[in-house]
Amino acid sequence: MNQAISISNLVKTYANGTEALKGIDLQVEAGDFFALLGANGAGKTTIIGILTGLVNKTGGQASVFGHDIDHEHNAAKRMIGVVPQEMNFNQFEKVEDIVLTEAGYFGIPRAEAASECEQLLKRLELWEKKSQPSRNLSGGMKRRLMIARALITRPRLLILDEPTAGVDVELRYSMWDYLRDLNRNGLTVLLTTHYLEEVEQMCRNAAMIKDGKIITNDSVRNLVGILEKETYVVHVDRVTDIGPLADINAQRVDDNTFTMELSKGTDIAALLNKVSQSTGMSIRDFRPQGNRMEKLFLELLK
Amino acid sequence: MTRSTHQQNMVAMYTLFRKEVVRFLRIWPQTLFPPIITQSLYFLIFGKFIGSQISDINGVSYMAFIVPGLVMMSVINNSYVNVAGSFFSSKFQRSVEELLVSPAPNWVIVGGYAFSGALRGILCGLLVFAVSVFFTRPVIHHFGYIMVFIVLTAVVFALGGLINGILAKKFDDISIVPTFILTPLTYLGGVFYSISLLPGVWRTISRVNPILYMINGFRYGFYGFSDVNILLSFLILILFAAIFTAVIFYFLGKGTGLRS
Repeated sequence: MNQAISISNLVKTYANGTEALKGIDLQVEAGDFFALLGANGAGKTTIIGILTGLVNKTGGQASVFGHDIDHEHNAAKRMIGVVPQEMNFNQFEKVEDIVLTEAGYFGIPRAEAASECEQLLKRLELWEKKSQPSRNLSGGMKRRLMIARALITRPRLLILDEPTAGVDVELRYSMWDYLRDLNRNGLTVLLTTHYLEEVEQMCRNAAMIKDGKIITNDSVRNLVGILEKETYVVHVDRVTDIGPLADINAQRVDDNTFTMELSKGTDIAALLNKVSQSTGMSIRDFRPQGNRMEKLFLELLK
Repeated sequence: MTRSTHQQNMVAMYTLFRKEVVRFLRIWPQTLFPPIITQSLYFLIFGKFIGSQISDINGVSYMAFIVPGLVMMSVINNSYVNVAGSFFSSKFQRSVEELLVSPAPNWVIVGGYAFSGALRGILCGLLVFAVSVFFTRPVIHHFGYIMVFIVLTAVVFALGGLINGILAKKFDDISIVPTFILTPLTYLGGVFYSISLLPGVWRTISRVNPILYMINGFRYGFYGFSDVNILLSFLILILFAAIFTAVIFYFLGKGTGLRS
């Protein structure tokens, strides 16, 4: 049983007619740190909802560690810890109670879960707040509380739906370290995020979803490798005729700026020197247009 | 420690039950105290002030006669609103997802909410009964009947509250049934009178009110008389419990009001 998640021809059409998923096939290996990428409304949260029992699927099959979500839905749910995109705990309940209650729902008695709860809350820097009602927590603390709540159930698959949205940089890095530790210890992680840097930092494999369909599914390394070319923004005194630069796909942006696409390994200094000589433009500065993953994201979503 | 699936489910049900009980005990001034005030006023106004002008019913003083009905009124209302309010609130805050993503089967959800709601109803009933002792001395004809009717009625209305909570889309939806259905049916269900005192047509109409059977069954446990057949009262309670349970399982299975 090497598949943590196995999804075949998954279809979801909502009551209002929206086709959220149009036949998704997806496999996630046990132990993987897998990213699910896509724009808002692409269908990522719908997939998570179906796996966790919050959304009824219209068609297709899905299983979690070999447990079919239709026929063994409770066994499948027992494998999953989920950190949703939006806060979904009782705002009046105490932090410790929220975690211990979830343990109870998974069949772990309060007394037995207490020491594990303490460890988790300490690791996630929430122990000092354990007796506070959850509404008193900051946004970042609430995110960490949902992680603690998901982990107290001892899942084999942790699903994180944009867990670092709205979390400050320092905390985000600390959460990344923690999640990497958990994955190293054997926990399979499925992550959706808008912070594409997270994918490069943490994930081994990724799938990109657009309009309810998977458009690519590969290792993060290979996906990044797709970016054979990188776009640079070049500032000059005045853009003249860029016709001779067609081989580097030069595109005029304004009177002082143009962009060019360079293949990996290009000697940029020599190329710019050549550009300057062939066009007479005086180059002031240049810079890469953007983050590689963002470029990939946009490329694949075209 | 390894537990069987059944043991894990029992832990889950106890967890839900405990959470709900802690919730209504924590806010006791809103959940346990109001029935004491309301029913004390009934005892004072209907029992003491007006009741003193009314002759005995089947040899029981009017004040003593209304005790079982007022206890039952409290049980019905509190069992119902406890579950309807709590379940809808958990939907509103989305904390119900904590339960829905868990491996707890639907009977765990039904049991946890029904028993905790019933407990609140029974506790309120006991408090109202305790208050009644200051006004009269109710006698107990058959303790077993009292227990059967109070527990079954509390469970039935807790289940009814769960259906309401599942179907409710906004806060207004959880007050419609208590205001427009439960309260009139309870008042017309023989809390303050015996239907034997009513003219023929009203007596017949009263007999289609299920709450009449619950109140009379409960009153029989105290005084040994009833306007209706006790076995029929018991069967009606069982029937409602079965119907409500089946409806809840259907909704939960389908995900009505819970899953998109």
